[in-house]
Amino acid sequence: MIRLAWRQFRSQAALALVALAALAVVVAVTGANLAHLYDTTVAPCNAGGGDCQAVGVSLLSTDLSLQLVLSAIVLAAPALVGIFWGAPLIARELETGTFRLAWTQSITRTRWLAVKLGVVGLSGMAIVGLLSLMVTWWYGPIDRVSMNEFQPGVFDARDIVPIAYAAFAIALGITAGLVIRRTTAAMAATMVGYVGALLVVTSLAGPYLMPPAHANVPLSSASDLGFDPGPTLVAGAPDIPNAWVLSSQIVDGSDQAPSQTAMAQFIQTACPKVFGSASQVGGQLKGPADATAFHDCIVQLSSKYHEDVTYQPADRYWVFQWCESAIFLGLAVILAGVSFWWIRRRV
Amino acid sequence: MIEFHLDARSGVSPYLQIVHQVRHALRLGLLSEGDQLPTVKQVVARLAINPNTVLKAYKELEHAGLVASRPGIGTFVTTTLSDASLASHGALRQDLERWLAKARLAGLDDESIEALFGDVFRSAAQRGVA
Amino acid sequence: MTAVLRASGLGKRYGRNWALSDCTISVPAGQVVGLVGPNGAGKTTLLHLAAGLLAPTSGTIEVLGGRPLDGPAQLRRVGFVAQETPVYAGLSVADHLRLGVWLNPGWDNDLAERRIEQLSLDPKQKAGKLSGGQRAQLALTLAIAKRPQLLLLDEPIASLDPLARREFLQGLMVVVAEQGVSVVLSSHLVGDLERVCDYLIVLVASRIQVAGEIDQLLASHHRLIGPRRDPGRMPANQEIIQASHTDRQSTLLVRTDEPIIDPSWAVEQVSLEDLVLAYMGRTADADRRPALSEVRS
Repeated sequence: MIRLAWRQFRSQAALALVALAALAVVVAVTGANLAHLYDTTVAPCNAGGGDCQAVGVSLLSTDLSLQLVLSAIVLAAPALVGIFWGAPLIARELETGTFRLAWTQSITRTRWLAVKLGVVGLSGMAIVGLLSLMVTWWYGPIDRVSMNEFQPGVFDARDIVPIAYAAFAIALGITAGLVIRRTTAAMAATMVGYVGALLVVTSLAGPYLMPPAHANVPLSSASDLGFDPGPTLVAGAPDIPNAWVLSSQIVDGSDQAPSQTAMAQFIQTACPKVFGSASQVGGQLKGPADATAFHDCIVQLSSKYHEDVTYQPADRYWVFQWCESAIFLGLAVILAGVSFWWIRRRV
Repeated sequence: MIEFHLDARSGVSPYLQIVHQVRHALRLGLLSEGDQLPTVKQVVARLAINPNTVLKAYKELEHAGLVASRPGIGTFVTTTLSDASLASHGALRQDLERWLAKARLAGLDDESIEALFGDVFRSAAQRGVA
Repeated sequence: MTAVLRASGLGKRYGRNWALSDCTISVPAGQVVGLVGPNGAGKTTLLHLAAGLLAPTSGTIEVLGGRPLDGPAQLRRVGFVAQETPVYAGLSVADHLRLGVWLNPGWDNDLAERRIEQLSLDPKQKAGKLSGGQRAQLALTLAIAKRPQLLLLDEPIASLDPLARREFLQGLMVVVAEQGVSVVLSSHLVGDLERVCDYLIVLVASRIQVAGEIDQLLASHHRLIGPRRDPGRMPANQEIIQASHTDRQSTLLVRTDEPIIDPSWAVEQVSLEDLVLAYMGRTADADRRPALSEVRS
């Protein structure tokens, strides 16, 4: 049965290997180039101290389109193997009636399913694994500069989680195909189910997988500082290198979020030059013309307010990689179990 | 070696048709003693009929003493039908010709003659006379 | 005689619809069995139950002394060709033979290759490019090369042209002659079955209407033609299958094991086709008497 499963899977595997090989060439060449660039511009700058922001930005904008392409490929790959390898695997046989040929030879349906699942599942995981390996290596220099590996969108395209995503997507595809019995509908269901599951797990993992850490951060470190009508102070989350920042809010000295009126009052008292009268309907005041006044205002506000940041610290990156992988592998195993049950009882 | 054919519309069961065709071949001298009949596999491959049908026919012929089967080799003719050839039933021929003349005089056309003969033949067969 | 297929009260339901109801049958071994009935009568359902592709909703089914869903040993003994003879379009003829080798411990590859050669099939040809007749022959080859004891064929010749049909049946009969395999073959056409089958099952509207050896069936069914007669006045040992009346004349198709002694009837033989048609057209009405038991050999 293994040989039959390979024979049926042959052309799909070949296509993937050819594509992977072509990509490997591109990655090898451009990646070596990136690494060289890092070694000659960023590394010496960091070693020498001083402001390395310019060289960093320069590195980050190298091969921008290739960055997008590679990220997209790794993010999409698990879904693609699930949709194009997993969903049709059983659905096509049910649709064309060839299952009636396969199930009346001398092997049981469960063995037939197990081998197909094994061959395609492991192949999918291997291909995606190789892909992730290549892209993670390629992004090395960039990740060292931008330090955002733990952020969603980057985390999902690095190291081992894509492998688990692929396992899940394939198991989902196979189960969908078995239950729905129509290839195109199963492919659609797999896509929807995969994206949904990914969104759910990712949004729950941050706050719940491990209790997040908190930090008090001065207003000056916040990004996107500004004023909304009220006036209210608004601020984005600060940049914590290699950490996963979940949320942030502006709090006062006793870690309470201030009421709108209290904050408005304080702002107007502390920053008379910026907010002259009580009836000022302000917009964002970040322009260079008001830079000094703005800066002084922030200093004044910092005596009362700071940011409370909720985040997962950088040293938990690998814990999260393993845990999320375990979750998706677990889901894959559950789905596989469902499909074995289904093929025995319901078809 | 003779070849069989099957008339699906004749109303005669297939195995009987085979029996008749063997007897007919024997009568016509197409088969003589020692000749081999087609194997079951050969018959079946040509006619697409059930092998049991052929076996039944050959068994009946064997029962009638006309053929003998040698396991692993085939079925062979053991006798020729009594040397009565069609030409030698002189008396019967004459009776028949006389009857036909009478039937025509009575006003029967070809179809009526055939129908009458067929009817009498069949009912006599049922009574075990023919 | 050992039964190659035995069912007792066998039924299969989909939702509220019974595809097969209350089937009780005992099919003897070493025969070619014709399963006849109109489309949708339940022939495919019965074959799928026997092949282990479906599980019964009610009743039991036994094939070669074992249950169809028992496992690989059972699967090995039964060869199945599904309707429309599905094959893997992207795989070649040779690949399909390899499929046979890989999936069947009892595979006879010499037999398979010999047959492919006799049929003049190109081993490298993709199965999707074969004609209907060639596909049917390939599917049959796959089923017989695993050396089963029973062959189940679901309308294998329905969509074939007359020549392909004849060639398929010739090949099948040669296999039966050589291997002594039992066959159950379904069709909605009677003509081809007549020359090939020794046993007949008529399945109409999910129920078995009649079953028995063809010789016995033909011997026990008669057409009676005579003056108009009320069917209620027929003897109890004659089951009326079909009746039609004009103002003067009645034509009845009856089933009986006893001789017809009433001299007012002209008694005729019934062809197998007419017999099957009569059962197919049979409706539940006053003309029908309680059914006689299955004709035994």
